[in-house]
This record gives sequence, C-alpha cells and structure tokens, in this order.
Amino acid sequence: MLRYIARRLIWGVVILIVVCALTFILFRVLPTANPAILRAGRDPQPRLIKEIEQVLGVNKPLIVQFWEYLKQVFFHFNLGYSWYSDAPVSELIFERLPATLSLCLGGAILWVVVGLGVGIISALRRGKLADRAAMVGALVAISAPTFWLGIVALYLFAAEIGRFPIFPGAGSYVSFTQNPAKWFGSLILPWLVVAASSAAVFARLMRGNLSETMGEDYIRTARAKGLPEHSVTRQGVRAAINPAFTAFGLELGFLLGGALLIEIVFNIPGVGLLNYHAIRSSDFPVVQGTVLLAAMFIVLMNIVVDVAYAYLDPRVRFS
Amino acid sequence: MSDEEPLLRVEDLVVDFPTEDGVVHAVDRISYEVNPGRTLGIVGESGSGKTVASLTTLGLTRRQGARISGRIFFKGEDLVTLPEDRLRKIRGDELAMVFQDPLSALHPLYKVGVQLTEAVRAHRDVTKQQARDRAIEMLGHVGIPDPARRIDDFPHEFSGGMRQRAMIAMALINEPKVLIADEPTTALDVTVQAQILALMERLQRELDMAIVIITHDLGVVAEVADEITVMYAGKIVERAKAERIFTAPEHPYTWGLLRSVPTVEGQTWGLMRERSGTIERKELVPIQGSPPSLINPPSGCHFHPRCPYFQPSHAESEPPLEPVPDDPDHTVACFVHSEQRRMLWANLRQGATPQEAIETVGAGDGA
Repeated sequence: MLRYIARRLIWGVVILIVVCALTFILFRVLPTANPAILRAGRDPQPRLIKEIEQVLGVNKPLIVQFWEYLKQVFFHFNLGYSWYSDAPVSELIFERLPATLSLCLGGAILWVVVGLGVGIISALRRGKLADRAAMVGALVAISAPTFWLGIVALYLFAAEIGRFPIFPGAGSYVSFTQNPAKWFGSLILPWLVVAASSAAVFARLMRGNLSETMGEDYIRTARAKGLPEHSVTRQGVRAAINPAFTAFGLELGFLLGGALLIEIVFNIPGVGLLNYHAIRSSDFPVVQGTVLLAAMFIVLMNIVVDVAYAYLDPRVRFS
Repeated sequence: MSDEEPLLRVEDLVVDFPTEDGVVHAVDRISYEVNPGRTLGIVGESGSGKTVASLTTLGLTRRQGARISGRIFFKGEDLVTLPEDRLRKIRGDELAMVFQDPLSALHPLYKVGVQLTEAVRAHRDVTKQQARDRAIEMLGHVGIPDPARRIDDFPHEFSGGMRQRAMIAMALINEPKVLIADEPTTALDVTVQAQILALMERLQRELDMAIVIITHDLGVVAEVADEITVMYAGKIVERAKAERIFTAPEHPYTWGLLRSVPTVEGQTWGLMRERSGTIERKELVPIQGSPPSLINPPSGCHFHPRCPYFQPSHAESEPPLEPVPDDPDHTVACFVHSEQRRMLWANLRQGATPQEAIETVGAGDGA
C-alpha cells in the first residue's frame, strides 16, 4: 500500500513537470506581447526594454529559463514573483485560495449530493415522470457550457439584473470570515452553476449503475432473505456507488475548470480570476503557478480517490 | 401420499411475463406438493420454467411484472394473493431459497457475517451479538472451518464450495420449513457437489425440512430426490417417484434427458447407475433441437417438434397429465400409447436409437 502510494506520488511529480513544460511552451508559442515591453511604460527606450528583459530573465535561452524555473519550484518550493506586481506568486495564490476553495467545496458537495440523489430516485422510478424530467434536465446541464450557464443564471436570477432577482449576483462575494451569511448567499448561484454538469453526469451514472445492480443476483438474495425493501435498496446503492466514486476523480478536474470560469463570470476573487488576469497581462509566473496548483490538486485528489477505493471495494488489492 | 394437507402445495400455477415481443408463458398450469422431510426434484432444461416457478413461490417474480394465477398453499395461506409485507415475513424465515451461483448471489461488498446476521435480524428480535453468535454457529454447522474468524471474510475470500455452504447457512439460519434449492451445485466442481448434497441431506434430517431441488442434472436428483417432476416449456410432462423416473420413465423427453447424461467409459454415472440399473449405450445421445420459444410455444404437445415419436395428431391438442396404468402416483403427459411407450423404452435401454426402437416396436406410423 505505501509502495503503491509512493509510486503514484512519483508519477504525480512527473505529471507536474509535464504540465509545467506544456504551460511554458504554450506561453512562449502563443502570440503574447513581450512582458518587458508591457512593463516598460509608454515609448520605452530599447535599452530599458533590454534591462527589463535582463531582470525578468526572458532573454536567456528558453531551455535555461525552463530549467531555472523548475529548479526554483521543485527544490526551493518557490513559485517566483509576479512580473506585473512583483508580489510573490505563492502569496498571491494564498490570498485568493479561500474564495476558490469555498466555490469548489460547496460545488462538490452539491454535485455529489444532488447527483447521487437524483440518480437513485431516477433508477428506482425508471420511466416515470420524475425520471424523465430528471434525465432531460441532466442532458441540458451536461450539454450547456459552464460559463454560458453562469451568464444565463445571472440573467435570470441575479439581484441587480435578473428577471427573477432572488440571489445576489456577480461581484457580491464576501469572505466567510467577514460575513458568513452574505458569503453563503453570494455563492448560491455559483455553486449551482458549478455543480450542474458534474451532478448531471453523476445522476446519469448512478441511474445506470443502480438500475443494473438492482437486477443483480445478490439483490434477489437479499429479497429472498425477507429484508425490507429499503434495506434491499441500500445494498443496491452501496454497490452502485463504487463506479461513481471512480468517476469522482475525473469529474473533479471538470469541476475545477468550470469553477475557474465561473469566478470570472461572477467576479469572485479566487485563483481563477487571478489566472485570468495574469493571462491578460502576460504575467507568466502567476499563470504557471496557478496552473501548477490546479494540476497538483487534481493529481493528489486522484491518488486519494484510488486509495480510498480500496476501502470501498475489498476486492481491490494493490500490486 | 397421505390425506393430510401437504406442507407446500402448488396448484395450477401460471406465470406469464408481458414483454415487448409478446407474453412469455414461463410457467403453465403446474401443480406439485412437498412434505416435511421429503425432497422433490424439479428437472428440466434452461428455460423450462423451473426457476420462475420457485421464485414465484417466494413472491420474487412479482416486481418483475409477472402475471400470476393459480394457488400456492403454505400452512393454509395462499402465497399468490398474500400481501407483500406478510409474504416478506415468511420469506427467508419459513420458506428459504438457495441460489445457483453463490459468487453472484452473495453481495461482494458485505462481509459474509453481515449477510448472515441480517437474515436473522430480518425475522428475529435479537441483538447484534446474538445474531452474530447464531451466524457463527450456523457457519460451523455447514462445515466452514474456524467460523468465528471466517465470519469476517468477504465472499471473494471464500472458495466456491465454501460460498455455497455459506449460502446454505444463510438460507437455513432461521430453520425454514421448506428449502428451495435452485441448481445448488451447478457452479461447483464434482467433489464439492457431492459434499454439498450430503450436507443438504444431513440438515434436512436434522430440521425435518422439505426440500425442492431444481436442477437440469439428473445425477443430482438421483442422489437426493424422493420424487421427481420433469418440466418442459413451462409444463410438467412427467412426475413420479424417483426410482420410477430412472427405471420406468414414460415421457420421450425424460428418455432424452436420461440418454444425454454423460457416461464414463460406457457406464452411466455412478450415482445414477445405482438407481437406474444399467442403461446400455455406447455414446451420448443428445435431444435434437433446442427448447422452444415460450412466447409462441409449439401447438399441441410442446415437445412435438423435437420428439422422434411425433404424429400429426400430437400437434392438435395438449396431452393431459394422466396416471400410467399400474401406478397412480406416476403421471405423464404424452399421446403415445402406454403399451408402445414401454416397448420403446425397453429398446432404448438396450442402446437402440429412437429410429431403431420405432422400427422394432412398429410404433409411429400406425399410432
């Protein structure tokens, strides 16, 4: 077990290096402006640009730049400094983390609870009205892009501009420590939007799984024992949850991706918004830092999911 | 058969499943009864309705949308019309069932002990510890070594034979009056099969329990059954004391079954040979064709498309289940004259093919 985790962690580091390289290449290949020119002010002297390039290190060969970056990240745990504000990237991210965590955690809870709940009800009422309605809803939620869903949600429900102004809209986020009630209210719409597509995926997955497990021989055995129907259903749900759990790690990536976009739509000062602004101002260290953080989170969560799976399904053994 | 009311009496049971392709007539007017301490074997190919009939007895086909008619009397109550909550209380308590494949019939994610104790606690008002003690006792009783430790194993940690023992322990944990065993040994290898059958017989004696054993394997019923019912396409085609089925079978389908049992070096399998004497034959003789569709069963005698002794008149009406001349307990549903049947079987026993038997007896054309 420990060896398995160690191996997975080593692979995780490899993946992070690859992610670094990809971000690095993307940032250099795509037509962004020279960051030195951006910083040099209006009508800069070529000498000033050279000096700034020198300071930022962007005049060195790419491979050297990349190597120096990796060295800093992996040996000194230093994500560098923003080219835009000179603030340490880790500090910038750390400031923005609570908002993103609030959004993701709440979204994930909503996603799992609603997804599993709707899936279970659908499976048990297969073909009935509730099932059909839920599955149509799920199809919409899966098909609609998250940012579009966010814009529509604002248009419909936001306090300032909505047709039915019942929830606080964009820009209303306050931190939990400031005002928990306002924090909660401001996140209701973003949570719903962020959770929608993942919940829909889970609902469909759970519906399929449970319909299948309820037809298994061991369910017939449970009934033959004379167990009450709710106990029988529980055994079916227990077996149906495992495959859904495997999808959790994968779906988490989509949730995070959606959350970063939703931060932009709802103007929530989280890591996603930080990343967005960094991209717009060619602030490479911040882009790299936020991407790396997201990748690390996904890698770690997938290891957690896989290890936890062994406890959910006793037949799984690590070798 | 005594005049007393039998423990379990199935009367004119019909089970239909409406499907998109048409109505599946899974069980068509079957009747049988079992008594304490006795074993009834129900024999037939896959799709002959034997499993559906027994699942219906426990009310397990209800939620599959089955249309059920007829009556199933158990202790004076008709299980067909009994409300689900009352049937549930009987199920697993006085009426229990053992299933074919113990690996798929046990929940893979629950410990064996949990699956046993929940069976106790569904019917008895006992503490968790009492239920657990009972489960350990029962596992020991069915021959699981070190039951106090193995009770916390998961099903995949048991061998195939142990899993079936655990299934039996689960079914018998509330000391049922009737045990329905659906192909209890099919998924097991031969040595384990014999152990499981012996175990069932021992527990039957101890609990004075009635057993209905459902199988396609004549070797199994030869070992344990007192009485045998042969089913084909949802109907009972022959029914008799076990010895009679092996020594004086009357239905061409039963003959086919007997002649298609594998032999070792030209001998019938040991268990069967004890009972049936020798059936001389050099090779396996399969029954031609395959089981019929239960949506549109063949007209008349459902077996007629596969029967070597078929006459055009056999396809016109269904043969009634009638006693044979010399044994009122032996009933058969066949249009071939009983005289001819006896002569045909006498020839088949000698190793003749159906064609040779027909020529010798002169049956067929003139019948």
